[in-house]
Amino acid sequence: MKFRIYRYNPETDGRPAMRDYELDLESGDRMLLDALMLLKEQDDSLGFRKSCREGVCGSDAININGRNGLACITPLSSLKQPIELRPLPGLPVIRDLIVDMTQFFKQYHSIKPYLVNNDPPPETERLQSPAARAELDGLYECILCACCSTSCPSFWWNPDKFVGPAGLLQAYRFIADTRDQATAERLDYLEDPYRLFRCHTIMSCVEVCPKGLNPTEAIGKIKDLMVKRMV
Amino acid sequence: MVNRMVTGAHYGLRDWLAQRVTAVAIAAYSIFVGAWLLLHPQPGYDGWTGLFSSNVMRTFSLLFLLAVFYHAWIGVRDIVMDYVKPAFIRLAIHVVVILLLVLYTLWSVQILWGM
Repeated sequence: MKFRIYRYNPETDGRPAMRDYELDLESGDRMLLDALMLLKEQDDSLGFRKSCREGVCGSDAININGRNGLACITPLSSLKQPIELRPLPGLPVIRDLIVDMTQFFKQYHSIKPYLVNNDPPPETERLQSPAARAELDGLYECILCACCSTSCPSFWWNPDKFVGPAGLLQAYRFIADTRDQATAERLDYLEDPYRLFRCHTIMSCVEVCPKGLNPTEAIGKIKDLMVKRMV
Repeated sequence: MVNRMVTGAHYGLRDWLAQRVTAVAIAAYSIFVGAWLLLHPQPGYDGWTGLFSSNVMRTFSLLFLLAVFYHAWIGVRDIVMDYVKPAFIRLAIHVVVILLLVLYTLWSVQILWGM
């Protein structure tokens, strides 16, 4: 199997370069991450992140043949050769396929990704009706792999100001939570030409989400609520 | 000086909504004019002046043009926000675009009612 991999070590290389690799696979090697690990045996200078290797942790998000995805749940059989691997676009490269996620997590933190509830905590837990709980489906599953935000041109142009699809999906996750009491503040924060309204609904985020989530729909629901409270 | 990142202008919804409403107005006018052209394939000078002789058509046309100008303003500002970073140049472009659009509005009135 043929690979072309983005290689860059800012300490020694003047500029990034694509390097070719070839690999003989065995029958047990099914996912792209299996191949990456074998390539690392071949060339231990190759840098990439991985952890759970089953699509839960979101560490191994990379750009695969021009499309963001998780190496661990991308079957090798689905990829055209040579398989071109690059770091997630739009974020600073630390080394090879490893990017600096600081900006991404800054945006995530900016939307206060936690329950705001000023009532005294109950003895056991804050109960929800099944219907209220169902509101969170399609929102809470986000693993913050950054595939969506780094495929969004608005996030490329304004990563410091636009919250990005991942952050906005999480913003709606807390707006939609019946136990949260900060809806008005959350909407106030997002009522901004940059933070929310850089989204022009091109849906690249939906296209790449490895968990099949729909940030565009969540952003639309935030806009609906803003309209509802304005009129 | 440290370059501070500033956001939180607290607008956006109104413009986003206006862009959608003006789009509907533009679509309605375009469909109307398209249909009229299908019914009158070769209107000629008399056909056109006949269509624009009533104040209803002139008002409808002015509303359409105002919708186009407002829609264009929001779109142009969005593009400038993405690609022009220095605040002074951005403000200058905003002023020029607004002045042009106001000029176009006055010009439209002159064209529609000056016949």
